[in-house]
Amino acid sequence: MTATAPPAATYDAVVIGAGVAGLSAAVRAAEAGARVLVLAKGIGSTHLAPGTIDVLGYAPERVDAPGAALPAFVRDHPDHPYGRLAVADVRRAVEWFKARFDAGVLSGYRYRGSLDQNVLLPTALGVPKPSAVVPETMIGGDLRAGGRVCVVGLRWLKDLSASYLADNLGRAGLGIEARAVELDLRPERRADANALAFARALEDEGFRATLAEALAPRLEAGERVGLPAVLGLHDPRAVWEDLERRLERPVFEIPGPPPSVPGIRVYRALKEALRRAGGRIVLNAVVVGAERANGQVTALRARVAARERTYAARWTVLASGGMGSGGIAVDSRWNVRETILGLPLANVPAAGEPRFAPGYFDPQPLSRVGVATDDSLRPVDGDGRRAAENVLVAGASLAGAEPWREKSGDGVSLTTGYRAGELIEEEAR
Amino acid sequence: MSAGDGVLFDLMRDSLDHCVKCTICETACPVSNATPLFPGPKYVGPQAERYRSRGEPSADHSLDYCSGCGVCTQVCPQGVHIAEINTRARAKLKADRGVPLRDRLIARPTVLGRLATPVAPLANLSLTQPLVRRVVERAVDVHRDAPLPRFAGRTFQAWARRHRAPAAQRRVAYFHACGTNYYEPELGERTVAVLAHNGVGVEVPAQGCCGLPLQSNGLFDDARRYVKRLARRLAPSARAGTPVVSTNPSCALMLKREAREILGLEQDVDLAAVGEATYDICEYLLDLHRDGGLRTDFAALPLTVAYHAPCQQQGHGIGKPALDLLALIPELRTIELDATCCGMAGTYGIKREKYEIALQVGSSLFGQVAGAAPDLVVCDTDTCRWQIERATGVETVHPVDVLHRAYGLR
Repeated sequence: MTATAPPAATYDAVVIGAGVAGLSAAVRAAEAGARVLVLAKGIGSTHLAPGTIDVLGYAPERVDAPGAALPAFVRDHPDHPYGRLAVADVRRAVEWFKARFDAGVLSGYRYRGSLDQNVLLPTALGVPKPSAVVPETMIGGDLRAGGRVCVVGLRWLKDLSASYLADNLGRAGLGIEARAVELDLRPERRADANALAFARALEDEGFRATLAEALAPRLEAGERVGLPAVLGLHDPRAVWEDLERRLERPVFEIPGPPPSVPGIRVYRALKEALRRAGGRIVLNAVVVGAERANGQVTALRARVAARERTYAARWTVLASGGMGSGGIAVDSRWNVRETILGLPLANVPAAGEPRFAPGYFDPQPLSRVGVATDDSLRPVDGDGRRAAENVLVAGASLAGAEPWREKSGDGVSLTTGYRAGELIEEEAR
Repeated sequence: MSAGDGVLFDLMRDSLDHCVKCTICETACPVSNATPLFPGPKYVGPQAERYRSRGEPSADHSLDYCSGCGVCTQVCPQGVHIAEINTRARAKLKADRGVPLRDRLIARPTVLGRLATPVAPLANLSLTQPLVRRVVERAVDVHRDAPLPRFAGRTFQAWARRHRAPAAQRRVAYFHACGTNYYEPELGERTVAVLAHNGVGVEVPAQGCCGLPLQSNGLFDDARRYVKRLARRLAPSARAGTPVVSTNPSCALMLKREAREILGLEQDVDLAAVGEATYDICEYLLDLHRDGGLRTDFAALPLTVAYHAPCQQQGHGIGKPALDLLALIPELRTIELDATCCGMAGTYGIKREKYEIALQVGSSLFGQVAGAAPDLVVCDTDTCRWQIERATGVETVHPVDVLHRAYGLR
């Protein structure tokens, strides 16, 4: 917690974006000694994501071993962000991410798993989803083991329907026997309790005891218990272990819609890691442009209260996200642009070509738009020439991924962000 | 409630169309995380705003529990001006229901200051008497235990009129704000000394209240009158190219942004000039350091200090320049506290019905201070300092106080 960063006129790296990609790049670079500043419009997409690291789930069939599947996947998708990384890079990034929790701020809350095999966790709709690395509090939900599951709904948490979830689990063809139980617990007598209100309430031992007393008599032998992912924000491991002890059986979290409690934990852990490494983060700073010289971005201009501030940087990491985050924008004439640095975009559908496909899970041409890079994550134009020598691109800004089909979202963000931070260290040598 | 004088006022409201209901603001809101009485910034803001119209009464009274800290706007990844929308809606709510006498009183620090300064010993003594505080609580709903500052019995303005600034190569205009004028004139004196030590001459224009407490309490018309008058007084300095430097980040943010974005004073040319020229003191000093102009002849200060950046300071979008300045002092160990808000939010935390909520909001911060056991807490805003000091018992000072001490000034 000690702030030691000496002030200087120039940052070694300015990272644009505070999602998993931006924070991973920032923490990795700062831990290597770089002076790092994160500029972000607001909090990133961590709070909207389930908190699992899904590296590769479908290609297009379900992937059991993402590490083993990556080489063939990259061969078939040479312009995919994973094509810019070696499998060893991906593996290193994943292990690094796990280690950020081992000594992190969330006292004992850990991630499990590796590239060797995917676990299958239920989504909020009860669909099995392959993930490589997941919080320890979710691992009991691995559906590959089959067995009996009791899905616990919380009546006042309207984000997750236990009976719907249980029905779908039973239909998943994995030999799961699932049923639903609903509890009428209402934290703080809130009229509109969201996941956060439950997470706070469950940090209180009394609330946990109430939950366990209400639930225990309704459980059947051999059932494990799936609860919405609301088992605490500050010390989730203690909450989880306490519930397992009280219920005398495995308990697991099922991630739901935003606000994602496991996602908030990821943000907290990475933000704290950044602070410990001497990095800085400024929210509500909208990067509106850059100053350039000799093919380099020399400084970034951010719009803050009353004026623009200029931040000189040796390196810029663009991790501003895709269309959902405003990093890439489409106008009403179908012009597509990267909004911050104006970098060239790849995979833009030509006039007359389809931009969308009718089915949600069909390949969606417009969604593959993004910044193409070389193997050093430098942005390149259509001829493969670098558009900026000292800009690295990470996360959903990158071209070629289809995260909702591949189940690769935070996998791409983590691994490319990590790699960007690592490249900053390597090139500083 | 009247609208602003330009399109910005409408643009702020229209930003709610960018809301994707991601709830990120609700995860960060210090108040809704502390009490079920406030359902959260998304709920009362982008959601409820669609049901508000000028001619009709406000439907949702829970909005009154918003403290106006502005954190929701800071964290929103879609650029929705949540706090601005909510502050205006709160003003409408107050206009519908009537603004209580208490809010009209505490929103006018200049009036209180002018009345109490000549009788400061008596005023201070009275306000430490439990009986008096109970009467005050009964009469005007100011909580009996809320931290109230002590009147200094003199004003910084009076000191500044006597003080002769030495010749200097750089000049700033010091916007000291009401807290420094009536309660903490020594902060103003130290600021002048620290600037002078760095070859910066200080002019202290006649000024006055920025209108922020009036704005927070829904008295928009009065707030506009106050901030326009302040801008008119500071404008000559700003137009002469002299930076306007402030030791109160809340009042400075009013000039930089809030009077334009919340009160809608877009066309006021004085305010525009002053806003662009306004700097938080730490922002200014760190820029000075970047340009090689800050003296670093600090004596070692073998202390542990815990730094809290107030919400409104974070609204500047400048990060935490105080941390970089404190890092220049040898042997000073600075702990960066990881808390959003102390709960005070200007006048919110002294109100009888909100006092407990404010303490709950600040509980994480107070716990961290207790854990760190620092020699001092450092915090940029006066009302936050009073709250932290009262709740933790640890002396709480402005970053300039620490710099002043490390420079060996007196």
